[in-house]
Amino acid sequence: MDHPVIHKRHDAGRRAPHLADYAGTCRAFRWEAARAELAGLPGGSINIAHEAVDRHVAEGRGDRVALRLIARDWSVRDLRYAELAALSSRFAHALEALGVGRGERVFTLLGRVPELYVAALGTWKRGAVLCPLFSVFGPEPIRARMAIAEPAVLVTSAQLYRRKVAPIRAELPFLKAVVLTDGGDGGLDWKTLLDAAADGYETARTAPGDLATLHFTSGTTGRPKGAMHVHEAVVAHRITARYALDLDENDVFWCTADPGWVTGTSYGIVGPLAIGCTMIVDEEEFDAERWYRILAGQRVGVWYTAPTAIRMLMKAGAELPARHDLSALRFVASVGEPLNPEAVLWGERALGLPIHDNWWQTETGGIMIANYAAMDIKPGSMGRPLPGIEAAIVRRTGRGVEAIAAPDTEGELALRPGWPAMFRGYLREDERYAKCFADGWYLSGDLARRDADGYFWFVGRADDVIKSAGHLIGPFEVESVLMEHPAVAEAGVIGVPDPMALEVVKAFVALNPGYAPSETLRSELLAHARKRLGPAVAPRAIDFRPSLPRTRSGKIMRRLLKARELGLPEGDLSTLEESA
Amino acid sequence: MNARDPVELARAALLGVAPDLAGERIEPDTPFRDQFDFDSMDFMHFVAGLAKTTGLDIPERDYPRLQSLRDCARYLEEHGWRAA
Repeated sequence: MDHPVIHKRHDAGRRAPHLADYAGTCRAFRWEAARAELAGLPGGSINIAHEAVDRHVAEGRGDRVALRLIARDWSVRDLRYAELAALSSRFAHALEALGVGRGERVFTLLGRVPELYVAALGTWKRGAVLCPLFSVFGPEPIRARMAIAEPAVLVTSAQLYRRKVAPIRAELPFLKAVVLTDGGDGGLDWKTLLDAAADGYETARTAPGDLATLHFTSGTTGRPKGAMHVHEAVVAHRITARYALDLDENDVFWCTADPGWVTGTSYGIVGPLAIGCTMIVDEEEFDAERWYRILAGQRVGVWYTAPTAIRMLMKAGAELPARHDLSALRFVASVGEPLNPEAVLWGERALGLPIHDNWWQTETGGIMIANYAAMDIKPGSMGRPLPGIEAAIVRRTGRGVEAIAAPDTEGELALRPGWPAMFRGYLREDERYAKCFADGWYLSGDLARRDADGYFWFVGRADDVIKSAGHLIGPFEVESVLMEHPAVAEAGVIGVPDPMALEVVKAFVALNPGYAPSETLRSELLAHARKRLGPAVAPRAIDFRPSLPRTRSGKIMRRLLKARELGLPEGDLSTLEESA
Repeated sequence: MNARDPVELARAALLGVAPDLAGERIEPDTPFRDQFDFDSMDFMHFVAGLAKTTGLDIPERDYPRLQSLRDCARYLEEHGWRAA
């Protein structure tokens, strides 16, 4: 290994980490015990909203600050647990008044605004299903996801509605109502709706296995996949926030993830609120100076962020953190894509703390493999499995899979199903769900290896999905939009390495007769893709090719496009069509 | 386009990253993120483009001063940018 192990010292002045004895806790761990820490509702019911807010109010903690919302102009608004409980009850009433039944979907298309948290919790109280979308999506990803889940209600802002939803509104006949947080044309006014609603809502007695949340993710082919999560997921969110983030009720916690991604829900809403701590919510996008000012000014104790942001902070230089008092910071974690060893070590120098990488996916619902406060860090490793989680490296045998016992051998990262935050299906895609499992393992699609000490190391993706700035991007979704353009005959989309975002999306296109490659056409295609997909999903670069390599069955060989682009070995070409 | 006009220069750098804005009205005084989708990666590439066309070295600490076309123009002028 190139980088020395970071040994943890026990600081006598501080409380011991929640996970102080990794091996012992793993041995003794039972999910039933984690479940028993919930308040629960009568009849064996579990409801996320009850665990996240109402429980704290019932137990006398209603006046603690749940959310500290920082607006762009630095004005601060505190929402206490009691206020969050009351507002979300009003939203639940409003949903009921709008005719939203249990199990119906409520979509949010919002930034980090207070209404997001109220809508999420109110949706769960109603027994409806929350689906948060990323506000930087263009109209096409929004349309595609709504067409699959057919939501009854969309909560968004007037500006986002006008730019992204109004143009596709006719294609969303299933929507009973659009609620606009700041009022305006095309929807109901949030404030009017909540003002008219009654206080106090009897939270739906959802069963532990009732659907609570839908998170869309991307595969190599086909439509986006709506991963279905249930109310008992809160068992895992709570205990993993304790173990992997070392979080407790006295912490000031900042999760920088966008609410449109699973991290922004699991650890940007559910886990920390279930613990009962105070969450920092910054309405603004990334800005190095601003972020240090928040860490220092808000006395953030636990910080959960992402590699792209960390690399941008590294680029911004070491004199910025030196100008801020970061003494309150106790634990820093990162997720989204593997954190390079240099970034782990930079944390030690610039923040006075190493950064703890961890690994999980939309499908797993919560953190699965992590570096812990009390465990030595091998920089570059994602760490070791959470208590209650069995992880393995497997190889596909053609008939199924087999676990690889030998250390340092590359294979697919697999998990033994059964933890509460595990997804229960892809909405209306039973076949694709079934394909995720073999011989009693959930197959993650990530390639990894495990060393002799049990630490896991990310190697790459087993499929063509692109990992960019912490997001999974399905090449098919991008290719389909490029193909809409009259100039494009074929499109193949891959991820190319990027120092900031791990990978960025690059497209290769072959043109129809009558079109010739030019800078003007390149700009036009980029513009088309950005308008339809939004900047987070659209390609950052487009190259023209006379034709694209295809298999004999007609599939674009993205793997070969990538090998040629990066100058890597081209591998097995036996299925390549002769003419390509 | 007047190549010496710093607002136009910033607009050109913007279109280099976000060609979808061609033909759209961009309010010079309104921050980019209030007008259209523009993520952190876009912003980074935009500043890199601006630095390249002007030959100026733009350090990260100055990024908050480049949030709108007018901001950028002011910044370029303050740093003595002159077209060749």
